[in-house]
Amino acid sequence: MISRRKFLKNTVKGIAGAALPIAAIEFIDPKKIFAEKPDAKTRWVFVVNTYKCVGCGFCVKACKTENQVPYDAKVTRTWVERYVVLKNGQVFADSPMGARDGFTTSKIALGENKFKDINPKDIDKAFFVPKLCNQCANPPCVQVCPVGATFQLPDGVVLVDRTWCIGCGYCIMACPYGVRFFHPVYHTAEKCTFCYHRITKGMKTACVGACPFGARMIGNIKDPNDPVTKIIMTERVAILKEEYGTKPQVYYIGLDREVK
Amino acid sequence: MLVHGQIWTIKQLFVYPNEYIYWGIQIVMYPLMTGLVAGAFVLSSLYHVFGVKKLKDIARFSLVFSFALLFIAPVPLLLHLQHPWRGINVFMTPHFTSAIAAFGIVFSAYGAIVASELWFIYRKFFADTALPLKEKADKSLGEWIKFLIFCTLTLGAYDVSEEALKKDEKAIKILSGIGIPVACFLHGYAGFIFGSVKANALWMTPLMPVIFIMSAIVSGIALCIFTYIIAMELRKWAAARKKPASRAYPQSQEEMKSAEMSVIKMTTKYLLYFLLFAISLEFLDMVFRGYTAVKSWDVIRSVIYGRDFTNIFILQYGLGNFLPLVLLLMPRLSLKRTVVATVLVLFGVFMMRYNVVIGGQAFSLSFAGYMEYHIPVIPHNWDTFKEGVFGAVAVGIAPFPLFWLFNKIFPVFDFEESH
Amino acid sequence: MKSHVFRPLWVVVGLVVIVLIFRFFYVPSDFGIGQRGYMYGWHRAGDATFWKNFPVSYNFGKDYCSSCHPDNYNSIMKSPHAIIRCENCHGPVGNHPSDPPKLQIDKRRALCLRCHYPLPYPTSGRANIPGINPDKHYPGTECVTCHNPHNPLEGLK
Repeated sequence: MISRRKFLKNTVKGIAGAALPIAAIEFIDPKKIFAEKPDAKTRWVFVVNTYKCVGCGFCVKACKTENQVPYDAKVTRTWVERYVVLKNGQVFADSPMGARDGFTTSKIALGENKFKDINPKDIDKAFFVPKLCNQCANPPCVQVCPVGATFQLPDGVVLVDRTWCIGCGYCIMACPYGVRFFHPVYHTAEKCTFCYHRITKGMKTACVGACPFGARMIGNIKDPNDPVTKIIMTERVAILKEEYGTKPQVYYIGLDREVK
Repeated sequence: MLVHGQIWTIKQLFVYPNEYIYWGIQIVMYPLMTGLVAGAFVLSSLYHVFGVKKLKDIARFSLVFSFALLFIAPVPLLLHLQHPWRGINVFMTPHFTSAIAAFGIVFSAYGAIVASELWFIYRKFFADTALPLKEKADKSLGEWIKFLIFCTLTLGAYDVSEEALKKDEKAIKILSGIGIPVACFLHGYAGFIFGSVKANALWMTPLMPVIFIMSAIVSGIALCIFTYIIAMELRKWAAARKKPASRAYPQSQEEMKSAEMSVIKMTTKYLLYFLLFAISLEFLDMVFRGYTAVKSWDVIRSVIYGRDFTNIFILQYGLGNFLPLVLLLMPRLSLKRTVVATVLVLFGVFMMRYNVVIGGQAFSLSFAGYMEYHIPVIPHNWDTFKEGVFGAVAVGIAPFPLFWLFNKIFPVFDFEESH
Repeated sequence: MKSHVFRPLWVVVGLVVIVLIFRFFYVPSDFGIGQRGYMYGWHRAGDATFWKNFPVSYNFGKDYCSSCHPDNYNSIMKSPHAIIRCENCHGPVGNHPSDPPKLQIDKRRALCLRCHYPLPYPTSGRANIPGINPDKHYPGTECVTCHNPHNPLEGLK
């Protein structure tokens, strides 16, 4: 006759043991779990100058071509937003096809093929804001991936493993900046990778290379002589949606309070 | 070239280029199904753990139903995934910082508990069915299969003495007790999946896991009451067609009817308690949002009180919560009224999941634009089937035939239990 | 006497063992915790190599085109269009001239309108770029009919 205590103990042990996959044993090394940013020599950061951006959209075209994101698909790794602030306080914003074809009309796209005509005399200020993945220091998208398909490297770039992503879309929902999407061909999560294949060879990203006006810059914050580092340290820069605590690494010159 | 979500999303005003309604009707169905699993189990535990004797019949019923629902619950997820065959990656390389990774552990643990509890309840039945078949010299093919199934199910434990059955009883009670927190975790984590997404202003609240658990229990109890009534009505109808002395239906029609009403009355009481709790939590959430009026309040208010007003206040709160509350509180509860009330409750729970999942995607991350969800009705490809009305209905109906099948192995009516 | 109550437990243990054996074969051996810890670094290490080896299309280097196309190059470098990269209008250079042997020459109005549709936005660099009204200025005609894109300020054709 088995004692109640022994029975209870065995049942609990059994259920706990049955429920714990061996995967758990891998990450019991505390040093590994709590690893902070190690002494990496590189940490990629980006600067966007919204005064210089004219909304030509060459960056979007170059990005789509370089990174093989289907040109006609309504998704893009980077895009440019237009903001028009009127004297009466109204603010209009749009990003037709992500500015793949630039902004070739003064009419603001309102969706469902509706447009808003703007009289230039009514404009207080208007500007263009390029956006891309912020490669956050605390990336919420990486935190919520259930299978470890998206991850961050020590140099700050966040990547997606196309062979492992199950396509649940949790990372897309978790990004506050809306930079992620499903690749229409591979059906896995996709986003800007800071052209990792280029920057690791000493080249600039496609969008930085393409911009005729120098509105985009990429650099290494760990290098004090990098011109990007100097800008971030000495000029007035801002980041997007600071309140989420994601610590984004794309810094904006001339970021206006109206930017969403 | 279409991207996923584009076909059922209409964007208005300023929406980021990559934003679409990525989480569609199957993500609405998933918490609905897991909620039913958890709720049905809690109902069954009310008898096994807390000894509410009157609930004995419906307890067995709910446990088997919970098991049938458990097999259907992962189906909406598999239909939603862009790579369903890689779904096992969640079990192979779970990333426990993600609430979804809990799915593997919790589901497996819960499945093990329910399966084990069912084994203990039905062990005597398995043994009693297998033994005479074992003795029989020449078996037909059907009898061979039946013998193999029940022989395997006994796991070799044929001892049906008083002593052994008492051990079974203890095991059932323990498993039922352990199962309640696991069932709560099963649905709590589903609420956590939404509540922890700081990027989504509608989902982000610590109340989300609790709201989900409460409405899960409500849905589970309501479904069990509803199905129990339907099953009893079917049995009464079948009994009326056979001779009164039939072995399959020993009770007379009158006896059946009275047994039903007392069980129903008791179970609806519990339904009411949990329904009231669920309503209070949602009300609290609403009040807090309006009172604190954070940055997202303007766009959320325009969604809740404007675009989604009918979905939220008329359909979910009105038809799904308030009306069944009134129907169940009225004196002299009848079977018909209970059926209407439970159906409305289930509809209300469905609308709650819909308003959370779709409602959370109704506004853009820019807080300056909207997205309308147009669920595909007539499917013209695999995508529009699985994420459309037909896919959702298929998932909703599937537990019933499975339950009928399980009833052949775990019969829920008229047999002698081990205790 | 071993009690029968543990039978379901052995079944569960058996299933877990089967899952673990399957896992041993299914999960790639380089899958583990990276340098960013478990929360941010849980991944298959080989994927970083995949992204590093992704093919490069654009060059955007200053002088890649100048050696074979000196006339257009020198001409454009003396004009306000010097800031535009050759590949902005002609597409990615790839391994040109071996592959692709010819680059595109996009003559559509839409290409020029990216900058030259006038948007007089205060505080934006766009306001400094001269533009034309496409509905009034020779609608339907390609801009390059009259304007040399490599030398826009010289006499119109």
